[in-house]
Amino acid sequence: MTAAVLALTASGLSLVFGIMRVVNVAHGAFFMLGAVLAWFVSEWVPGPAGLSFAVALVVCPLIVGAIAAAADMAVLKRLNYEPEATIVATIGLLYILEQAALSFFGPDARPVPAPLDFRIQLPWFGYSGYKLAVIVGAALVLLMVWLILKHTKAGLIMRATQIDRDTARAFGINVDRVYAGVFAMGAGLAAIAAVLIVPIQQAHYLMGGDPLLLSFIVVIIGGLGSLRGTLVAALIIGLGDGVISTFFAPTLAKILATLAVGLILVLRPQGLFGKRAA
Amino acid sequence: MTVDRALFLHLGLIAALLAFHFVAPAYHHTNIARIMVLAIYAMGYNIAFGYTGLLSLGHALFFGSGLYAAGLLAYHADGTAGIGLIAGLLAGGAVAFALGLFALRTAGVAFMIVTLMFAQAGYLTVLYFGSYTRGDEGIVIPKAGRMLASLDLSDDNTRYLVALALFAVALLVNLWLARSPRGRIMVAMRENEERSRMLGYNPYTVKLTALTISGLYAGLSGAAYALMFGYAGASLASVQYSILPLLYVLLGGAGTVIGPFLGALLMFYLIDYASSITDAHQFVTGVALVLLILFAPKGILGTIRERGLKWLP
Amino acid sequence: MAAVTLLEARGLTRHFDGLKAVDGVDFDLHQGEIHALIGPNGAGKTTFVSLLSGRIPVQSGTIRFSGRDITHLPAHARVRLGIAYTFQITQVYGALTVFDNVALAVQSRHSHRLRDDAMAALTRVGLQDRADQTAGTLSYGHQRLLEVAMGLGLDPKLLILDEPTQGLAQGEIETFKDIVRGVVPAATVLLIEHNMDVVMDLAQRITVLNFGEVLATGTPEAIRADKAVQTAYLGG
Repeated sequence: MTAAVLALTASGLSLVFGIMRVVNVAHGAFFMLGAVLAWFVSEWVPGPAGLSFAVALVVCPLIVGAIAAAADMAVLKRLNYEPEATIVATIGLLYILEQAALSFFGPDARPVPAPLDFRIQLPWFGYSGYKLAVIVGAALVLLMVWLILKHTKAGLIMRATQIDRDTARAFGINVDRVYAGVFAMGAGLAAIAAVLIVPIQQAHYLMGGDPLLLSFIVVIIGGLGSLRGTLVAALIIGLGDGVISTFFAPTLAKILATLAVGLILVLRPQGLFGKRAA
Repeated sequence: MTVDRALFLHLGLIAALLAFHFVAPAYHHTNIARIMVLAIYAMGYNIAFGYTGLLSLGHALFFGSGLYAAGLLAYHADGTAGIGLIAGLLAGGAVAFALGLFALRTAGVAFMIVTLMFAQAGYLTVLYFGSYTRGDEGIVIPKAGRMLASLDLSDDNTRYLVALALFAVALLVNLWLARSPRGRIMVAMRENEERSRMLGYNPYTVKLTALTISGLYAGLSGAAYALMFGYAGASLASVQYSILPLLYVLLGGAGTVIGPFLGALLMFYLIDYASSITDAHQFVTGVALVLLILFAPKGILGTIRERGLKWLP
Repeated sequence: MAAVTLLEARGLTRHFDGLKAVDGVDFDLHQGEIHALIGPNGAGKTTFVSLLSGRIPVQSGTIRFSGRDITHLPAHARVRLGIAYTFQITQVYGALTVFDNVALAVQSRHSHRLRDDAMAALTRVGLQDRADQTAGTLSYGHQRLLEVAMGLGLDPKLLILDEPTQGLAQGEIETFKDIVRGVVPAATVLLIEHNMDVVMDLAQRITVLNFGEVLATGTPEAIRADKAVQTAYLGG
């Protein structure tokens, strides 16, 4: 469950870093934005929870993606994607988005009803049907991302851009549009993850911090920019998270996790599973 | 012989701040004292970022080290302000040195994330030891702990003058450093690390020294903040406080001596003004960051220097 | 004359992904000589001097400098011992003044006469009047000279010049040749150079590299006469 949503969020971060070489500090804010928008949708769309949820699942990623694309074109592109400058800019973006959520959504955590509510009773334990659906849904989205990257023209263009921006441009690829699209897609993935998780975890304007940290951990352990590494790492972390938090206090677990990320970056900059770049 | 314009300018700023002490309304008087303390922090940040090119996102760790070194000593061990300031200075420097040993094996984006992570771990550590630090709520430092010999730092006038004294020393040391051969090496490292290596400089030790000096500044500022305003809370060690000096330095001008003060001054009043008309002060910070990095990455003084005042250190 | 060996490389090797950039090179530099390193593009010249200066770690083999094993010494420590390297692609500090550029070299050896020594180095290349100019605004030729002045500022025992005349006009090349002649015999010069006139004019000895190996070493006359060199490099 955690692993599935985490993998989705992290894959967005990884996609953006892998193709654009941009570390998006505002990624957690996009996640938060998805959750907050899901709440608004659940308030405004009448009818059963399932309907508003379906609407949110479509609308939220689109809105968040559009905001991300706009940010890319208005800010990141003008910085020429210079790594350090883009980090500073995305920090600014993070502040702006959090403030916007605080102003329009308020400081309280708010619940969103789950679209389906039943438990699957297996012989040895019960399992919430919704959680199971989330896992399946997340897996499907990831599979789709995978297929798009590997087997479509758009995916080919993205990979070409990743390998060499200038050559891609020389071959007539509109690199600006690819980047805006990738940035939107990365943010959209975070938003989908947020919509999926928000019936279980309430929406709150500061909720982006933890997924951002976890996504960093996943992406760094998986090797920066490697989608497959990200998925494996997300599974390990997601499953491991439950294990770790049973042994340590949550704060201590977070301290250890942040230190681990720092040390891994120092000692193995290519990630635990990544190959050393030539 | 030419007049030392740069030294003149900096002494002039100190004199102006001293004159301000006698004429300022109470509200601005307190603000400026706070700004001077934060400017020391920003100057330290500038030594790492502006001069040496180390973009750290974890300076709150050094500021927080100083803050809690002074705060905890005063709160739990009946330390005095003099001990607190020295302890804060050393704590900031020592933590920066220790972090640098690891973090400086990376560069660029990895360095930013590593410093961010270690600072976050530091912030969480403050929360984890909540029984000593009282976490987010923070500790209020008793009056006895805020005595610098016979000077009472909780008194507005004393506070302003002590803040000015610390600021003046920090500013002049910064000026001396910026114009010394060592300052030149730091700038060389920022401009072209490989070239500097082939002139016989070890990039690792140069950067480690700069980061440690930067940590000393941040630690002193943190300690002064705790003792002068009587409070040490976890939010002062959070990631926001790593971004703050970056913002000040970007605004005032990276790699200039007065830039950090100018940035702190303008940003402080900008947020102050924004808060009076809306509660969305975070928005101001965010927009300022984006606009600065987009349109004026050299900041105010950096741009002025480029447009003609080449002697500006 | 009994030549004193300043630098001695034995079996120096560096491969990149199977490409034998430098492969078992034995090489001696005599104190006070001007030694040219030539060879076709991709012969491994720049890799070889990068191994000597420490910019690239040695895979196998040894380097001795002034009788001391420096094989595993980091680059900055080798500079301190007296091995100066000037970059093939000009790398001056564009944002700093000409003076600061050279001062950085001079203060690296802890000179107590920073200003005098820096100005002396600038005077040797004829840039003394431009000390206060921002280095990035110098013409290309002057930047090359500044690069050399930074090397001289280090007061090196060995000055490695990587294609110093590339892109210079004929008049500038003459100036440059005079500068190099003035460096020896107090110091030793190792010169990578494509311009054969400069090589034949300046060098006392020449080493020819080809496919990462030493093809021949000798005086300019001997190299000119060498059949293997003629086929491989001089085009017969």
